[in-house]
Amino acid sequence: MPLLDRNGWKPESWARDAAAGAAIVPFDQVEAVLGARRPGQRIGVDLPNDVHPNALLPWQDGLDFVAIAFPRFNDGRGFSLGKMLREQGFAGTLRASGWIIPDQFAFALHCGFDEVEISEAQAQRQPIDQWLQAPALIGETYQDTQDGMISIFKRRRAAAEAA
Amino acid sequence: MYRYDEFDERVVRQRVAQFREQVGRRIDGSLTEEEFLPLRLMNGLYLQLHAYMLRVAIPYGTLDSRQMRQLALIADRYDRGYGHFTTRQNIQYNWPRLRDAPDILEMLADVQMHCIQTSGNCIRNVTADHFAGVAADEVEDPRPTAELIRQWSTLHPEFSFLPRKFKIAVTGSAEDRAAVAVHDIGIRIVRNAAGEVGYRIIVGGGLGRTPMIGKTVREFLPKDELLAYLEAIMRVYNLEGRRDNKFKARVKILVHELGAEAFIARVEEEYARLDGPSLNVDPAELARIAAYFAPPAFEALPEGSAVLDQAAARDPDLARFVRVNLYPHKMPGYTAVTVSLKPIGGPPGDATSDQMRALADIAERFSLDELRVTHIQNIVLPHVKLDEVPQVWAALVEAGLASANAGLVTDIIACPGMDYCSLATARSIPIAQEIAKRFADPDRQQLVGPLGIKISGCINACGHHHVGHIGILGLDKAGIENYQITLGGDPGNEASLGERLGPGIDAEQVPDAIERIVDTYLELRHADGESFIDTVRRVGLDPFKPVLQPKEPARAAA
Repeated sequence: MPLLDRNGWKPESWARDAAAGAAIVPFDQVEAVLGARRPGQRIGVDLPNDVHPNALLPWQDGLDFVAIAFPRFNDGRGFSLGKMLREQGFAGTLRASGWIIPDQFAFALHCGFDEVEISEAQAQRQPIDQWLQAPALIGETYQDTQDGMISIFKRRRAAAEAA
Repeated sequence: MYRYDEFDERVVRQRVAQFREQVGRRIDGSLTEEEFLPLRLMNGLYLQLHAYMLRVAIPYGTLDSRQMRQLALIADRYDRGYGHFTTRQNIQYNWPRLRDAPDILEMLADVQMHCIQTSGNCIRNVTADHFAGVAADEVEDPRPTAELIRQWSTLHPEFSFLPRKFKIAVTGSAEDRAAVAVHDIGIRIVRNAAGEVGYRIIVGGGLGRTPMIGKTVREFLPKDELLAYLEAIMRVYNLEGRRDNKFKARVKILVHELGAEAFIARVEEEYARLDGPSLNVDPAELARIAAYFAPPAFEALPEGSAVLDQAAARDPDLARFVRVNLYPHKMPGYTAVTVSLKPIGGPPGDATSDQMRALADIAERFSLDELRVTHIQNIVLPHVKLDEVPQVWAALVEAGLASANAGLVTDIIACPGMDYCSLATARSIPIAQEIAKRFADPDRQQLVGPLGIKISGCINACGHHHVGHIGILGLDKAGIENYQITLGGDPGNEASLGERLGPGIDAEQVPDAIERIVDTYLELRHADGESFIDTVRRVGLDPFKPVLQPKEPARAAA
């Protein structure tokens, strides 16, 4: 499935195959797969969006990758989930996987996602320039974000203190 | 009033440009209609029965004359010369075209207004007491808090695709005029035993098909912890709110299904793990916002006004207006004037562009340039000198805006109903008009006293019928409009939901039934002028039940 990040389309380096060198496995197999991990093998997990982030705590240090499911673009659970995983210290690659639209790309980046995996049909309909342009359309946020934006509230204080 | 700084300005301008670009991608097919839908809704654009409808945010109902004039200009240029003020302190235009929407947004941005999050499954426009900064019983003006929430919730990356819409209301007064108990989150500004100011947080109220009174989840939240605590509530809701059934997706259902205790436990657990200090704003920032709402430059005036007393003694219509439409101001010599948008026989909440301009002129000259929109769909001139009430009244008479019925039986809330709305199952506006005509006699209205009738044209309850002293719900029964009547609802301090009086009745029977309810009340009430709601609470529904029976012809002698 087409994969992109804030720089453009990118090649897939993971496989949904427990035997692969960079393997994405279903959430319910994560314990077993981590137990049988080969030296040097990288493990990622497909996380449904109805799992609480606490459930990943026991394993997250052993994981290099988490893909959070977006079954429908208007199901926003994944945004909270991603942000909470970042807040609880997950430092690997975070992917939004399924149906999200360019207009949500900035939100995904702000919540700590690195990349987005969409369907072939969607990639046809929404070419890469739409994805790359979307996050630049709103250049200010009232929230601190995981991708390094400082909230307007804080920037105002900084400006007032500098003055 | 709050003024945008360069940051606020840029966000609103960028949002306009973004929407223009989104419309373009819808037209070229990049976005499907399904994908475009929430994007346009988050900019207040609905597809209604006959046309698009654009809902403009009036945060916490406060605006100045320049903004009101711009709303009038938009009504002339892009609508049919009028606008409709809503129960959420917004204004709606019923006839704009999709391709004009970005230009309208641009015109709004020119006067620091927008349509951001006036619809969609996100945190909606924040409402507040329309007598903020006026009422004597205020702990603190709720608008700085509401403005802080407006900014924090704007384009929130985590909470823009919630299970369902999310409404927040704030009041700073002992008497709740913002209906906080029937919002997703209601916030009351309170003082604790130590005299510190903070917030009581109420979650899970709401109307719609499953009306509920909200539960207090925090008795006292220190003021500077607000945003982090709201984030905790929103997170629990975003993750756990139901998404399998649109009608069970509001936070009230989650609170109800989990139970208040379990819901609170989840919120507190999330609150404990959040990084509060990174989320809460510096008190200096809240102080910056609050400074915009500092009391205006009131003059030192005596209590009362001989000028007004003499004018009212000469003119009984002015005297009536003064008795009914004035609200006491905390400053001596001032008053707040309610301008009723409920003329007898008119659609509740509508104002023409000429009326909007008249209101702007009056506000500029007589009310320190400020106007408020109330959730009862009226306008308030918050800071009028008592001495100048006769001039204000004369100007309102000229504009056709001097109905002396604020809070009375003809001050009816009604949703747009089947005349405009694609969700409606029955008409609302014509019902309101017919009832108002029955009580057109101003003496009779005043005899009846405070009585709130609220009408919804479908189960979604936009007309707040559940909390009407008399509530009317229009349904479709096998193709025929059928109206259920409830009594005993109240949105205020002792919030309560109305109870159904009996089986539904036909549209033509509604005005009769309402008249008979009012007549029954007048017979039952205590001589000390007991109000309608107090009487209903005392005697219950039984004495009112016969009114739903069709009037019987005179019985033959036994």
